[in-house]
Amino acid sequence: MKQEFTAPIGKISHIKGECISLIGNDIDTDRIIPARFLKCVNFDSLGESVFEDDRKNLKGSHPFDLVENKNAAILIVNSNFGCGSSREHAPQALMRWGIKAIIGESFADIFYSNCIAIGIPCFTLSKKSIQELQNYIENKSLFLEIDLRNSLAKSKDLNLNLEIKESSRKMFLSGDWDATSTLLENENLIEKKFKDLPYLKFNVLFS
Amino acid sequence: MSQDTLFDKVWDLHKVSNLPGGSDQIFIGLHLIHEVTSPQAFGALKEKKLKVKFPSRTVATVDHIVPTDNQSRPFKDNLAEQMISTLEKNCIQHKIRFFNIGSGNQGIVHVVAPELGLTQPGMTIACGDSHTSTHGAFGSIAFGIGTSQVRDVLATQTIAMNKLKVRQIWCENKLSNGVYAKDLVLHIINKLGVKAGVGFAYEFAGPAISALSMEERMTICNMSIEGGARCGYINPDAKTFSYIKNKLCAPKNEHWDKALMWWESLKSDENSIYDDVIKLDASKVEPTVTWGITPGQSVSINQRIPLLDDLSPNDKLVAEEAYEYMNFKPGQLIKDTPVEVCFIGSCTNGRISDLRVAAKVLKDKKVSLNVKAFVVPGSEKVASEAKQEGLDKIFKDSGFQWREPGCSMCLAMNSDKLIGNQVSASSSNRNFKGRQGSPSGRTLLMSPAMVAAAAINGKVSDVREFIN
Repeated sequence: MKQEFTAPIGKISHIKGECISLIGNDIDTDRIIPARFLKCVNFDSLGESVFEDDRKNLKGSHPFDLVENKNAAILIVNSNFGCGSSREHAPQALMRWGIKAIIGESFADIFYSNCIAIGIPCFTLSKKSIQELQNYIENKSLFLEIDLRNSLAKSKDLNLNLEIKESSRKMFLSGDWDATSTLLENENLIEKKFKDLPYLKFNVLFS
Repeated sequence: MSQDTLFDKVWDLHKVSNLPGGSDQIFIGLHLIHEVTSPQAFGALKEKKLKVKFPSRTVATVDHIVPTDNQSRPFKDNLAEQMISTLEKNCIQHKIRFFNIGSGNQGIVHVVAPELGLTQPGMTIACGDSHTSTHGAFGSIAFGIGTSQVRDVLATQTIAMNKLKVRQIWCENKLSNGVYAKDLVLHIINKLGVKAGVGFAYEFAGPAISALSMEERMTICNMSIEGGARCGYINPDAKTFSYIKNKLCAPKNEHWDKALMWWESLKSDENSIYDDVIKLDASKVEPTVTWGITPGQSVSINQRIPLLDDLSPNDKLVAEEAYEYMNFKPGQLIKDTPVEVCFIGSCTNGRISDLRVAAKVLKDKKVSLNVKAFVVPGSEKVASEAKQEGLDKIFKDSGFQWREPGCSMCLAMNSDKLIGNQVSASSSNRNFKGRQGSPSGRTLLMSPAMVAAAAINGKVSDVREFIN
């Protein structure tokens, strides 16, 4: 049995766990979580449905079904991961399955911001390094310890310099990735902007 | 770094603060919500004991889960009913204007907001839906957000975001007869690739773009996201202003004059600086059809599906996956591929002009006996206009089913789904594996006119043979 899911909270500086590799470019959010699972008013039960159609199709041989990956926490992907729909259900499903960080060649923009907003750091590495990492994982298990303070990932015999947007890295270290309260701190500035924007004056929507 | 583009101007105007991490806090002028990506956001507000900051700046409608055959309540699908009633409750509780079924203004959120005149130049617009880029057609900066950001917009009317780079896509000349905005945008995505837009806003410009109607411009901006660009926009012009004039939520009287004066000042400067510029010749674009599992995998109607060796190393991996999933052979012609389902609708191509174009092709013709064809108007307003013009009759006489408005088989959250490995000719925006409701269903994206032609012949066809 997997450990019960607890959502990340506050400062995130260290993440460690087994790596799971998912090979493929342009893996879209419809594949991560098919639309029929979006019929829900909370995210609680999404974990079990992650990659549902791909997994059914592979009849047990999908990486998310392999016994050796059952406790994996760090997902290794290729390019343009998470393209397509803006559904936050996609990173929510990955997180509820057990993913705590993603390392890939590149990420789609909305998927990336959704990950940041729910506390999943996404790191990038060159195409070559990702392939080497995926080849490594194919042969043996890889337990990585990621330190966000210096963007380093270490294992017994690997040292990786990960890349991450500086703004995202700082938000994880300070705990500000859960942005609502940080945004609300500027309440006066928000009110001022509301008054100053030219179009809100001539465009009173609804009273 | 870009300078003095419309994007820069609108971004700077809406910037509230520099956040500690280095991203910007951006004010959202118009927030659109729907039933699928908002319930968890309202849930989070409740959990954090927060209120909606400016309820008048959020507008709701229901589109993703609505059935298109029988819309009487309660819906047959309990989960769908639960989602619509949750949205109803949230809108009442937080005093948010909601355009529900039967209001005359319900429909796909990206069809409804422009036709209400909510979408205006110079605004920032956000919605928990990736096709929010549609609204950029009016010279607004519009982008999709996830549910946590929906929560942030509700609570603060702002989001944290890094400024995007700006790529201008300059389209020379004009589209030729029988070639539509959909063909142009599929062509652009094919040339640039599905991830070229990551980190960018796309500015579509040039004579071919200026010549497009507002609805065609929406089709272009709508699919920016399929090219990886979260935001796509077009500098506003006289067509933009005249589209907005007299719409329900458009500025009126002296407000109109002020708005117009401001809007006319809103465009990229002649000597503005872009991070990148791409030029292409729109007159060379032909009717375009996707053959694969990403919107970038397309060919023009008389081309062959590419051979593996024709593709860059980066594209080979997905191409191999696509040949297998779609059951296409490399080098095969796309023309004459049999289709079993034809779908006209979606936020890309479910507007009145799309229905007019398709109806013109279908008039006095019959849908092939092997095809199930249905048309889903983008909104109640589109449906009623179409009925006034007698388009519904043309569709029905040809053998198309005429449905109620919603997202329908674009993403198949209602009961409109492909069955097994059916092939659909679809005017929607995504041909991802399983996108249209069957894990093995196959989608060929094309313009609504091309869907109509495919429906008549029962196979992928060149619509120019019908209209010339």
